[in-house]
Amino acid sequence: MSGARAPFGDPARVVPDSGVSSIVTGATSAAMAFLAVFALALSLSSGQLAQRWSDTLSQSATLRLSAPPSQIGAQTAAVLEILRTTPGVTSTRVMDIEEQRALLEPWFGPDLPLESLALPRMIEIIESPQGFDAAGLRLRLASEAPGAVLDDHTRWRRPLVQAADSLRLLAWASVVLIGGMMAAMITLAASASLASNAQVIRVLRLVGARDAFIARAFTRRFAIRAFVGAVAGTVLGIAAFALLPVAGDSGFLTGLGFAGLGWLTPLAIPPLAGAIAFLATRAAALRVLKREG
Amino acid sequence: MIRLANVSHDYGGRGLLRGIDLHIAPGAFHFLTGPSGAGKSTLLKLCYGELQPRSGTVELFGQSLGALSRDGLADTRRRIGVIHQDCQFLDHLTLAENVALPFTATGRAVPVNDLRELLGWVGLGPQADALPPTLSGGERQRAALARAVILSPEVVLADEPTGNVDPEMSQRLLSLLVELNRMGTAVMIATHDMTLIRNAKSAVSARVLRIVDGGLQAAGADL
Repeated sequence: MSGARAPFGDPARVVPDSGVSSIVTGATSAAMAFLAVFALALSLSSGQLAQRWSDTLSQSATLRLSAPPSQIGAQTAAVLEILRTTPGVTSTRVMDIEEQRALLEPWFGPDLPLESLALPRMIEIIESPQGFDAAGLRLRLASEAPGAVLDDHTRWRRPLVQAADSLRLLAWASVVLIGGMMAAMITLAASASLASNAQVIRVLRLVGARDAFIARAFTRRFAIRAFVGAVAGTVLGIAAFALLPVAGDSGFLTGLGFAGLGWLTPLAIPPLAGAIAFLATRAAALRVLKREG
Repeated sequence: MIRLANVSHDYGGRGLLRGIDLHIAPGAFHFLTGPSGAGKSTLLKLCYGELQPRSGTVELFGQSLGALSRDGLADTRRRIGVIHQDCQFLDHLTLAENVALPFTATGRAVPVNDLRELLGWVGLGPQADALPPTLSGGERQRAALARAVILSPEVVLADEPTGNVDPEMSQRLLSLLVELNRMGTAVMIATHDMTLIRNAKSAVSARVLRIVDGGLQAAGADL
């Protein structure tokens, strides 16, 4: 008598373990989880990249003041007074002549007689984290210092941030595609398993099993396989990132990968894979059972 | 419990059963006989809802077969024990697990002591852990009987239960079914084994039904 066998009458045993579809499910799930780790990393880091570019460029602005030499002193004082009373401006600094010379040197050489040129005055504005109201500031400048032009770097920032945002969108699209592909592969594997177990399904029906029980016998197996496969794939993916050489602290690749709490996000992949497998198998099983009539 | 009214069935235009009226009442004992291919198995399949009749009505425990949902049919089958001609086991499960399958498949805990007792009753105690393909025909038939009755059904339908067993074994199977009938279970056995029918008549008051030309006739005392 088999009383010694631990789970006698275990519903999970009613469907024989068919090697191929189980292996396909596990392997697919592992591969997809591995890819998903990379897509997730890309998405997180492009988000960080966008944030960083945005932050760096938006923390400062430049004000260019052109005026006849007789008025430049008065207008500079007026602009500085406006900026001082503008909320969101932390500090201002008028660039001195040597700094301007250094900026122009690459184009005009070191011997340019800057003093004889009517160069605009450059004023650097450092913003507070909340930023200032650029439109409002422009209005005030227009009335009190008509020669002042404010450049808040928006036109530089926007394309970069847009590029990073598109990159993040692409990464999320990849995550969704990976999930969809996994669902498709597992549906195929489950359908193959259902077809090869037609006799098991028939016998279960004959002894009074409801559809939900039969479907569960398959969904449990596939969900567990997918979960275990995804755990393996995720671990490998995270390991690959942990071992990735760090690409210095400047340049495009900086921060590609996970940082801080970001390392926890891939942990969502195995449960998600299990859930996808569960739903895909359940849909396939109920479809087969309905058709069987 | 099971009632067929004016039931007809055919496979692909070839008429098999025509105008069948049948009522299996609680505690009844029926034999269903007729030549091979006459439709005995088909009639049994109509009785447990594996086939839907082309015309006429099949009523299982007061519910029309056509109106039963899939889950409703599954639940109805828990009240009907069926011994299939080819046993219908799951070959990857042990004999004991196969016999207990009606419990497992309906999500209930297997009463291990009852199972042991039942296997002893059909003389399969020592084979409990064997896989079905390793068993003899007679052992498989007895296991099929055990599985058919494990849920204490109200009716047992048997399709050629003695099809490939020796006379001594078929006598033993018959006596198990007779014993069940005495405890109140209705029994219908499809067979073309006249000896079996004759032996049964001495032990139980059985009605013998014969399929002739697609119709059902009560066979007389000629047996």
